[in-house]
Amino acid sequence: MLVIGGGMAACWAAIAAARTGAAVVLVDKGFVGTSGVTATGGPNHWWVPPDPVARREAIDRRMATAFGLADPEWMARIIDVTWRLLPQLADHYPFATDGKGGTFYSGVRGPEYLRALRAFATASGARILDHHPALELLVHRDGSVAGAAGYARLHRRAWMARAGAVILATGGCAFRSGLIGSHTNSGDGYLMAAEAGAILSGMEFSTAYSLSPAWNSTRTLPYFAARFFDAEGRELDIPPPMTGTPHLQALAAAMLAGPVHADLADAPQLLKTILRDIQPASLTPFERRGVRLFEERFEVKLFGEGTIRGTGGLRIVDEHCQTDVRGLFAAGDAATRELIAGATSGGGAQNSAWALTSGHNAGEGAARLARSIGRRAQDPARGTGQAGLRPASAVRAVDGQAVLRTVQAQTIAYDKALWRSEASLVASRACLDDAWRELSHHHHADGLDQVGARELAAMTATARWCIAAALARDESRGMHIRTDRPDMSLDKAFRLLTGGLETVWTRPETPAAQSRDTSIAA
Amino acid sequence: MIAHIFADRCIGCEACVAACPTHVLDPGADGVPVIARLNQCQTCFMCELYCEADAIYVASDQRHPEWIDPDTLAASGELGSLRRGYRWTRENSQPGSLDQFWRLGPLLREGAEIAARRYRDRHPGQPDV
Ligand SMILES: Cc1cc2nc3c(=O)[nH]c(=O)nc-3n(C[C@H](O)[C@H](O)[C@H](O)COP(=O)(O)OP(=O)(O)OC[C@H]3O[C@@H](n4cnc5c(N)ncnc54)[C@H](O)[C@@H]3O)c2cc1C
Ligand code: SF4
Ligand code: SF4
Repeated sequence: MLVIGGGMAACWAAIAAARTGAAVVLVDKGFVGTSGVTATGGPNHWWVPPDPVARREAIDRRMATAFGLADPEWMARIIDVTWRLLPQLADHYPFATDGKGGTFYSGVRGPEYLRALRAFATASGARILDHHPALELLVHRDGSVAGAAGYARLHRRAWMARAGAVILATGGCAFRSGLIGSHTNSGDGYLMAAEAGAILSGMEFSTAYSLSPAWNSTRTLPYFAARFFDAEGRELDIPPPMTGTPHLQALAAAMLAGPVHADLADAPQLLKTILRDIQPASLTPFERRGVRLFEERFEVKLFGEGTIRGTGGLRIVDEHCQTDVRGLFAAGDAATRELIAGATSGGGAQNSAWALTSGHNAGEGAARLARSIGRRAQDPARGTGQAGLRPASAVRAVDGQAVLRTVQAQTIAYDKALWRSEASLVASRACLDDAWRELSHHHHADGLDQVGARELAAMTATARWCIAAALARDESRGMHIRTDRPDMSLDKAFRLLTGGLETVWTRPETPAAQSRDTSIAA
Repeated sequence: MIAHIFADRCIGCEACVAACPTHVLDPGADGVPVIARLNQCQTCFMCELYCEADAIYVASDQRHPEWIDPDTLAASGELGSLRRGYRWTRENSQPGSLDQFWRLGPLLREGAEIAARRYRDRHPGQPDV
């Protein structure tokens, strides 16, 4: 079986599958160890001891901020699997003290985490192919997934893999905002899956941001106590970080008006002395620019996180994280995280527990399925990739930079994301439909250029699903804020599905739709 | 963005070519990798972290390339500073290098509380945030 992706979800999937004895190949666009947002960050996992009361309380607390869209059973599952599996990395990761005489497991540092996961996956028998981006999925005549095809960038040749099951762990999409580690995360998995017939869910929840120095996106630990100032040195009245949307809106409004500077003099004293031991890379951008982090003011910016710390992604239909396409599984940020976070970001604890668990469950489920049906290598299969690979009309040059600017202006631009309204969303939809038509009809690339062409198509498709869902959810809920519908509607506590390429559609997920159902509604 | 590869330090292992997640580097004819697709550089410092010879310098601005003077830089002692920070150098890669890591969560919460308290002091009448 085949795992596509190379972050934590992909690795946990490959480990789980290989440990069942399955033959596992993992293909990553970049390098397993450095690519994706796990590697450059380093997540804190949701970590609750196996005490029934503590676990119920943790779930209740998180359900309260999920705005009716999460599933307590899934929450219980990810807490449990994370608790059992993460310590198994101890042969490869230098878990250290928790400061209380025990071992600290829940938080890991990115480069060491991915280095350990790579070693664990390899030791478990998985075969890792770096710099092998997938470009499209292959499907059988019966619609089930048959494998994938892609391009080996270092060898400059095409690759093709037939597999009994495929796991997409391609991460989320931050629309090339510059967010730390997110350059490889262009929503490729969403596009490939949709072309094969999969459905997405929760794409309206795609408006997360993280604060960083304007010249380099870093982890956010140093900035929590920051005071903010405008260009004239007047202090800005910014609600504190834990207020979520009001904090972001106040910062974004100030940034739309002019440069905003942060002052970290108030930061915890201990942080000032030990930041390097915790996150060395958070200091580097300051030292190399000659800025004294805790003593001098510096310009800050909000970097769009799209679906990475949003919650939208591929809809899954069972506890092994199968998508609406038979044999195709989704894990980590490639999958919807509404099940464990609802309408509020799961960054900070839930998302990584989800990436670990969904990876693990998908790995086991996919291995079982692949074993039962075999590789079917002789059955006919066809490539499903369209935009950038098989244009619908005559090929002509497309200005990729212009398309990307359009996509960014409709998705991560502060005004569009944090103050949504019907009028602005309708306008965004029109721009993006034009961009999509241009790409899907005329864009074509060969060789290495196919990678960039598909990334652009994926970001554009992802943007269209985000905007369509934001338009269809005509209320405000969690991180999705509609200025023209400021309240939450009692009758809209459902997950919203979206999909389609030529024509984008949306519809509520009804209980009936939760069983396998790929019919298309308006 | 990646600014310079020091040919005099490079041992031609190509670890950086493999490690760069965004395919910025190509193997070089003379063994020293070439910066072939700078526009794809995400300034993640990973090539530097994976270069055991401390032969790479990534400048901090991710928005545009920066010019650096290799000689000044080589003399500054800054080469390899990121690896030393991570304790990925051979001398200090022993276990225990993450002994402070558990403090991340508590320090983050402390920072958030400092901001919340300051806001409350400034807005005494408002509901709790
Ligand atoms: C700054 C930051 C801090 C965070 N902190 C926390 C935290 O403390 N706690 C928490 O729970 N969550 C946190 N999150 C979220 C968490 O990091 C993610 O949910 C998690 O890392 C997702 O893992 P993943 O494997 O799905 O994605 P990633 O690690 O992003 O991996 C995606 C992989 O897919 C590969 N890929 C993409 N396209 C293709 C393709 N076409 N072919 C092949 N491979 C492809 C990429 O190369 C990459 O290797 C944070 C996120 C950010 C950005
Ligand atoms: S990793 Fe360092 S030593 Fe190895 S090829 Fe790259 S620059 Fe040269
Ligand atoms: S900084 Fe990151 S993206 Fe840039 S060359 Fe180095 S590894 Fe590649």
